[in-house]
Amino acid sequence: MTAPDSPFRRALRRFLRHRLAVFGLVVVVVFVLAALLAPWISPADPLQTSWTAIRKPPSAAHWFGTDENGRDVLARVLYGARASMAAGVISVSVALLIGVPIGLLAGLAGGWVDAVIARIADAMLSVPFLILAIALAAFLGPALENAMLAIAVTASPIFVRLARGMALDARTTDWVEAARALGNPPWRLGLVHVLPNIVPPLLVQATLAIAEAIIAEASLSFLGLGQQPPAPSWGSMLNSAQRFLTQAPWLAVFPGLAIFLVVLAFNLMGDGLRDALDPRGERR
Amino acid sequence: MLIWFLRRLGQIIPTLLILSVLIFGLQQLMPGDPALILAGEERGDPQVLAQIRAELFLDRSLPEQYLHWIGRAVQGDFGFSWRIREPVAKLILEKLPVTFQLATMAFLIALVIGIPAGVLSAVRRDRPVDWLVNGFALFGISTPNFWLGIMMILLFSVQLGWLPPSGYVPLTEDPVQSLATTIMPAFVLGSGIAGVLMRHTRAAMLGALGQDYVRTARAKGLGERAVVGKHALRNALIPVVTLGTIEFGRLLAGAVLTEQIFTIPGFGKLIVDAVFNRDYPVVQGVVMATALIFVSLSLIADILYMAVNPRLRTA
Repeated sequence: MTAPDSPFRRALRRFLRHRLAVFGLVVVVVFVLAALLAPWISPADPLQTSWTAIRKPPSAAHWFGTDENGRDVLARVLYGARASMAAGVISVSVALLIGVPIGLLAGLAGGWVDAVIARIADAMLSVPFLILAIALAAFLGPALENAMLAIAVTASPIFVRLARGMALDARTTDWVEAARALGNPPWRLGLVHVLPNIVPPLLVQATLAIAEAIIAEASLSFLGLGQQPPAPSWGSMLNSAQRFLTQAPWLAVFPGLAIFLVVLAFNLMGDGLRDALDPRGERR
Repeated sequence: MLIWFLRRLGQIIPTLLILSVLIFGLQQLMPGDPALILAGEERGDPQVLAQIRAELFLDRSLPEQYLHWIGRAVQGDFGFSWRIREPVAKLILEKLPVTFQLATMAFLIALVIGIPAGVLSAVRRDRPVDWLVNGFALFGISTPNFWLGIMMILLFSVQLGWLPPSGYVPLTEDPVQSLATTIMPAFVLGSGIAGVLMRHTRAAMLGALGQDYVRTARAKGLGERAVVGKHALRNALIPVVTLGTIEFGRLLAGAVLTEQIFTIPGFGKLIVDAVFNRDYPVVQGVVMATALIFVSLSLIADILYMAVNPRLRTA
């Protein structure tokens, strides 16, 4: 240790030393760019059907082959990244926006407010993630936006629980005690004194939640509850690929590989962030 | 112990009640009038609609509707499937053994892979074996179940022709065929859990290997096998047992897509079919039943935790 370092720079350095996490970050950046730049880098229109190019294996003209309607699979995978990344990032952001304030409120307010909120979060967490998301999406109706909403609502109790736990811990610390004694209202305590301290664990949890949300979106789209055809999404591509496994196995390979890579990348990043942000861990 | 148990039940019951309110509330999100869906061809007949509404309590106030629903639910009556006109509870009980077989096999696969792999990677920490095992765990956790399923069908059914790609034969009918139809889905389900179990085992083993009693065991000259197997592993397994029980519950969720891909007529297929047929009572019943199973499993996990950890018993 040389000159005093900001915690941020120390964490950044630790993260960058974590080779797998950096690999994860690179993969995530590649996919984000693919999603953003899809209209410019895509070799073809993802919706353009062609009766002369039905189920053609990968070739120089179509790197990932073509699907049952003669559409370019690479183009669909690139555009599919939009649905997946949007679902991952937007639904987790919404889950954070719902979960964190409610969790902070519960932890800081205490009493019956806390009891009710904690019970509701417990109740939602007692149903496995995907089953609750499917049920919600089913009642909301099949559409990508509804799938995202369902995932956001389903993921929010995790953040409620996390924020609540951290707020409960922080409540007993001297600095929050002091701030309260000075007459700060609870919302100010939460916003100014507790929130900045819980950003690191929230960041880790959010990264891992994005991985889970991407799988959930793919699962819902696979079941027909997410992105509606003909708009491309990795999950719905896998669903139609299943019918042509014998004749056109490449249809199932590429979208699945894309999901796997993105999810792996977010998981690696989450693990790396956890190690980097853990104030106790300088080793590894 | 009894007081602890009662207190634990006291937490579970309000949780389930709140969940029942939420699940009941789902109905309000639903676009359209359920009576219209149910009436089908006769939707133009106001008398039929009125009759359906009266039958389903749809003409009452919301609290009344809820009390009616929950009153029956606690007796195990989740109403009738709109689609097949059979009691929801009966449908669930019919499908549950199928999923239970699948989940049990998946769990066994996960245990057989996950625990030894976790022990091995903890003992050989930061060596190639550790990296390899960690790599596989990450692979298992990051691969979407349904894609792994499709890839396995591609390899073992389409290319090699070793296993049937879909279908299900009950264990009681033909055990060999039953295993042949469930081994792939069970592996798909188990692989993710194996990764999770491996990580937990590794972390717990690393913790245990650093403890004083392990140093004592080594100091008194015990062989490495006895130190790892008898002293470290036994203690490391305590948290793994409880986490494993909870993971078992998560298999139910994984089964949804896996059963869909392998067309296995279980619990997961029931909820998917219900979603597509807009058979909402079945959806509600399945979610409620899953919660019940999940909550019971976490209670069992707590009891197991007490049982394997004598220090907690007197508390």
